Amino acid sequence: MVEHRPWNDIIAYAILTLGVFIVAFPVYVAVIASTHDAATVVGGRMPLSPGGHALENYYRAVFLGGSRTAPEPVGRLLLNSFITAMGIAVGKICISILSAYAVVYFRFPFRKTAFWIIFVTLMLPVEVRIYPTYKVVADLRMLDTYAGLILPLIASATGTLLFRQFFMTVPDELLEASRIDGAGPFRFFWDTLLPLSVTTISALFVIQFIYGWNQYLWPLLITTQDSMQTIVIGIRKMLVTTDELAEWQLAMATAVLAMLPPVAVVVFMQRLFVRGLVETEK
Amino acid sequence: MANVVLRDVRKTYAGGFEAIKGIDFEVGDGQFCVLVGPSGCGKSTLLRMVAGLETITSGDIDIGGRIVNQIEPADRDIAMVFQNYALYPHMTVYNNMAYGLRNRRMPEAEIDTRVQEAARILELGTMLDRKPKQLSGGQRQRVAMGRAIVRQPKVFLFDEPLSNLDAKLRIAMRVEIRKLQRRLQTTSIYVTHDQLEAMTLADILVVMNGGRVEQIGNPLDIYQKPATTFVASFIGAPPMNLMPLRSDEIRAQFASDSRAASEAGILGIRPEDFVISSETIAGGIALDLTVEAIERVGAETFIYGTRQNEIQGVAANPGELPPGEVIVRIPGAVAPAIGERIKAVAPRENLHLFSADGRKRIDL
Repeated sequence: MVEHRPWNDIIAYAILTLGVFIVAFPVYVAVIASTHDAATVVGGRMPLSPGGHALENYYRAVFLGGSRTAPEPVGRLLLNSFITAMGIAVGKICISILSAYAVVYFRFPFRKTAFWIIFVTLMLPVEVRIYPTYKVVADLRMLDTYAGLILPLIASATGTLLFRQFFMTVPDELLEASRIDGAGPFRFFWDTLLPLSVTTISALFVIQFIYGWNQYLWPLLITTQDSMQTIVIGIRKMLVTTDELAEWQLAMATAVLAMLPPVAVVVFMQRLFVRGLVETEK
Repeated sequence: MANVVLRDVRKTYAGGFEAIKGIDFEVGDGQFCVLVGPSGCGKSTLLRMVAGLETITSGDIDIGGRIVNQIEPADRDIAMVFQNYALYPHMTVYNNMAYGLRNRRMPEAEIDTRVQEAARILELGTMLDRKPKQLSGGQRQRVAMGRAIVRQPKVFLFDEPLSNLDAKLRIAMRVEIRKLQRRLQTTSIYVTHDQLEAMTLADILVVMNGGRVEQIGNPLDIYQKPATTFVASFIGAPPMNLMPLRSDEIRAQFASDSRAASEAGILGIRPEDFVISSETIAGGIALDLTVEAIERVGAETFIYGTRQNEIQGVAANPGELPPGEVIVRIPGAVAPAIGERIKAVAPRENLHLFSADGRKRIDL
């Protein structure tokens, strides 16, 4: 069915190149802007070639922090974001793999109900339940803490569903063979189910790390101290200024830095993810 | 080493479906018992109840003098080989075999001895470091066997272990399983729907149908004296020819006394018991057939014929064959032509008589 015509290739590549250009250009501008001094960036004529202030800008962003508008060094913000995103991703995986294990492999009263309640929470994203969640976190004195940033975002219906679907494809005979081999529920989970789930875990990790990293509304609400802010909030604060010019070159340097960890996670985990997909045989 | 005794074992599922309707039998120490029956007859359920993977609704299962109804599978001293092998995909062959022993806290040295011994018996020595997906079907089957052997259990349980293999490998593995079981002298229960596997492997054959036992016994006894028409048509391939008898007078011709004569309703003749001959045998049966189809398989030939008329009172056929069709099995490849008229005769001692509902055998 597929005919090979040179024109098709040319058109296809032209469209793809255009797409790449549209997506990549803003990123390129951000990288370029982070290498110029403040005057050049706000001058109205954005150069498209790198300037000579890269080291200075990144050094200021990472270690000193901006001026009054961004008092906390980006290094600290990156650390906060990393802890939060890791906490959310790892927490979500732990919670959802265990709840999926319970729902799939154990017979207990109201099992179906439990599953449906988890399922229904899919329709309640953070934004919808933000007021009660804030109230609970505030009453537990978890404002401006990592626990406050992480715990409310850990519960995950998506993860539970994903693991449930995977567990249902694992043949029952494996469980039965384990039972005959003398493995109890915990050993079966640890020795058999967990190694088989590596693929699913890495997929979920990639998704949830980026989800955690990109959180905006929740950290904005519950962090008041500058030292507890995440980098996404930090960028925002650099740009909203009242009485002086935003330091765009620092904001852009921060944005570039903020992009790196999620990119690293995708690049590194994707390899594991694909390898897992190719090797897995159930 | 142990015997296995089932006493009035029943299984009713939560929905009220009665899968096992009261089964009693005993497998002696070191014997090879085969449960055979069509799909859905409850044979796998019964095996899983012995393994402890299904609960028992009522009755007792006794392994080596200990009632195991409430005992966990791991503590019943059994090992099971599954139809799809159920190897742990992420573990090497070695670890697949060693896993159950490690869970029992057996010393590593002892585990190593047992695994190496099993690998030697099953010729898996070069594959111990491979993962299951790098093995062929037959090799995976052997690993599954190895996992059972290293446990040195009282009882081996096999759940249709050969049905995922191709025909040639199945025969080879069948012989291997039998040899292995003879050598280890371990009591075994084996589930299959293949009557050939059942006949060749069993010391005791249990023919099941609809959650009940149809007949228990030595395979040859069952073949020679099937207790019901179900057993008669299930054991033996091609199946026994079954024909209802028409009237009391003709029943009297076959049955030895008047009581049997009044009960008899169905006549059975195995295809291999016919001889093609122009002469009738005194006291036997003779059928005039028109040859409809011929199947030559080399060593033997199957003739599918229809009866021309209702000779000797034999009327329509209730079995699996179309009414009036009779299979005759003759040795060699020389067969009559299609459309030819032949006479198939069988001596009286090869005839089987059953009651009209097929539930009872009547001895001639």
